[in-house]
Amino acid sequence: MRFNYEVIDNNLILQLDGELDHHVAEKIRLDMDELISKKRSKNLVFDLKGLHFMDSSGIGVIMGRYKSISKMGGKVAVIHVSEKVDKIFTLSGLYRIVEKCENLEEALNRM
Amino acid sequence: MEYKNHMKLEFDSKSQNEAFARVVVAAFAAQLDPTLEEIADIKTAVSEAVTNAIIHGYENKLGVVTVICNINNKELEIVVQDNGRGIEDIQQAMEPLYTSKPELERSGMGFTVMETFMDRIDVYSELGKGTSIRMVKNFKSLNAE
Repeated sequence: MRFNYEVIDNNLILQLDGELDHHVAEKIRLDMDELISKKRSKNLVFDLKGLHFMDSSGIGVIMGRYKSISKMGGKVAVIHVSEKVDKIFTLSGLYRIVEKCENLEEALNRM
Repeated sequence: MEYKNHMKLEFDSKSQNEAFARVVVAAFAAQLDPTLEEIADIKTAVSEAVTNAIIHGYENKLGVVTVICNINNKELEIVVQDNGRGIEDIQQAMEPLYTSKPELERSGMGFTVMETFMDRIDVYSELGKGTSIRMVKNFKSLNAE
């Protein structure tokens, strides 16, 4: 698993690539937090287009980032969600706090 | 015609082996001619069960995780075992969003995901002895030969 990022105005876009499980989650959340504090972006968009596998560890990663972003008044969105990942997000109730959008344009409009 | 097959896998309780275990089980299930969705379902369920064994069974100490698979015609049985600390209250552990380790950013959705993606799940656990999670999935494919 690796991730790239892009900054558009007040928004940090994290593009996840590979498989997200417990093993990867431990490291990647530290890298993400470092980037989030460095960029000081208000909102966060997770682009899951390149995510080939995710188990419930992914929910923890997104919810954890949501906690710090929402504390500062920001929003979190997920885009390009596959059917399988959508099922896990729905089960966990993630969409009660995180916006699900088709693509980046829609996500930026809703921020 | 009745078709049976069996395999057993043992590995250290290291998080690197989560990906290893789910890929091995998926490869073993390939003989059932599964759909992509069925493969994704079992990979996710195995990942959850093995992660539980590592984090909760052994609490990140070194131990052995065993994965046993049995094919019985179109049915795949997966058993994930550890000899770790065991679960005190299985019913509570299986509740959606319950986690015994909130400090780890765990979502508490592991058992719910296993239940959703598999057709059947049974959990046996004894304090101080370990936990065994048995999951069953029926494949829609016609031939397993």
